[in-house]
Amino acid sequence: MQVATFLAYLVAAVLFVVGIRRLRKPETARSGNTIAAFGMLIALAATFLVIDTNATSVWLLIGGGVLLGGVVGAVSAQRVPMTGMPQMVAAFNGVGGGCIALVALSEFYQGRAETWVAASAGLLTIIIGSVSFAGSIVAFSKLQEIAFTGSVAFPLQQVVNALIFLGVLLLSANVFLDGALAEAVGIPFLSPLISLYILLAASLLLGVLFVIPIGGADMPIVISLLNAFTGLAAAASGFVLENYALLIAGTLVGASGTILTRQMSSALGRPLGKIIFAGIAATGGKQEEDDEEREVNDVSAEDVGSYLKEEANKIVIVPGYGLAVAQAQSPMYELMETLESDGKEVLFGIHPVAGRMPGHMNVLLTEAGVPYAKLYDLEDINPEFEETDAVIIVGANDVVNPAANDEEKDSPISGMPILEVENAKRVIFIKRSLSPGFAGVDNPLFYDTDKTMMLFTDAKQGLQEVTEAVKNA
Amino acid sequence: MQELLVQLAVFIIAAFLGFELISRVPNMLHTPLMSATNAIHGIVLVGAIIVVATANDAFTIAVGFIAVVLGAMNVVGGFWVTNRMLGMFRPPKTRVKKRKG
Repeated sequence: MQVATFLAYLVAAVLFVVGIRRLRKPETARSGNTIAAFGMLIALAATFLVIDTNATSVWLLIGGGVLLGGVVGAVSAQRVPMTGMPQMVAAFNGVGGGCIALVALSEFYQGRAETWVAASAGLLTIIIGSVSFAGSIVAFSKLQEIAFTGSVAFPLQQVVNALIFLGVLLLSANVFLDGALAEAVGIPFLSPLISLYILLAASLLLGVLFVIPIGGADMPIVISLLNAFTGLAAAASGFVLENYALLIAGTLVGASGTILTRQMSSALGRPLGKIIFAGIAATGGKQEEDDEEREVNDVSAEDVGSYLKEEANKIVIVPGYGLAVAQAQSPMYELMETLESDGKEVLFGIHPVAGRMPGHMNVLLTEAGVPYAKLYDLEDINPEFEETDAVIIVGANDVVNPAANDEEKDSPISGMPILEVENAKRVIFIKRSLSPGFAGVDNPLFYDTDKTMMLFTDAKQGLQEVTEAVKNA
Repeated sequence: MQELLVQLAVFIIAAFLGFELISRVPNMLHTPLMSATNAIHGIVLVGAIIVVATANDAFTIAVGFIAVVLGAMNVVGGFWVTNRMLGMFRPPKTRVKKRKG
């Protein structure tokens, strides 16, 4: 490796670290992303320096490929609506995993993975890269609601997974031993190269089977985990290609992605092992308990408007995914402005998993114009509820459901930290029906007729009507 | 052997650095952060470019080309979408009112 290229890779690595550091604060986050992108540009430019060929066709292929992929990536990134962000990240992660698996495959094909380090790292790259690719595609189609929505389970799933995993290990061993394993057991046609192709297919299958049983609510954690996987695969390929850019950047992503995944799963109150091995949403979930009619305090938008106008000074809005689905961020912004012009204090309580990814709701609200200083995390908003006159919950249920803290009941949301809205004076739900949320757990707050007002309507329409009602009250 | 030891050292140090980098990130930045690190592992494009540049048979060239396309999507799309996301976090003072009809 040329000295100049090596130094350029080091500069790129430093820029990645600085970029990630700056991404920890909202004020500097955007520049952090730009700095990391700049590092990537340096790493790519330095790579061109070591290309030892004058063949125009090679340069055309590389240039054409970069251009094609770049344009497709840029156009999809520019066009995707903010509500579609999680699946976009999943898709970009998937193509990265596919890319690195193909890189490792071609190293084997050309007989370059000769040392035991290169061979084992190459096998690891193929397996992890393929799992990440296939898993991300499944995650994408779940979130985009193309296929595999909900939790897909079949009999003996764990056994099948275990068998495929065993097959992956045996095939890897065969490749590593240069076909000696297949010869020893009397199937010499299973050459290392053929084993590799089967290994690739089996790893893809493993990726699919890994993600299909996992329900939509846990998808952010899975995407984050697969993101760390792709980083790890990139790092492993760094050992194969003896390339420090891949090694450092891949490891950084693998490690930071792991921590991020752990943070997300603890915010959800869902241990990672439980998500992966239990096929969760399949348990508990959607059984309908009793059709017993219970009384709720069904109100009109005018009732809500006059209460907000006359009696509420401090108001907290809790947005959920239903808000994003109804595209009601702008009406929510209008309501905030109207209330503030009446001299009221309006805050937003954002649960870590509001939306479909941690932080997703913040992106959606800031898109609508809400300043981020008004967006409070779970820990910061919970003490505020004691002094709050009204909490308006729009399109959310699970994240404010006190049943999560009920130790007697075992439900899919048990142990999940919630927004303690029951401590506020009044609770207003804007919701289409009494149906429970994503996790399928009924909310006892609905039936607290003294405290709770239920406004049954679409989130967008409801917010518009309440805004009008406040203006006219 | 020496080269391998250096690689191993770099790997371990980078791993610790990665763990330490993500200690205290507010929830609101989790999605952009995931998206940005997602773009950074687009470094796989470097690997794909090397494959095409050193290929000497049609199969490898074809596989390498596909890898370049996928890697470029990862890099460009990843940084682009993160930039779009973060563009929405404006500081309070420069807040622009946005009205939709």
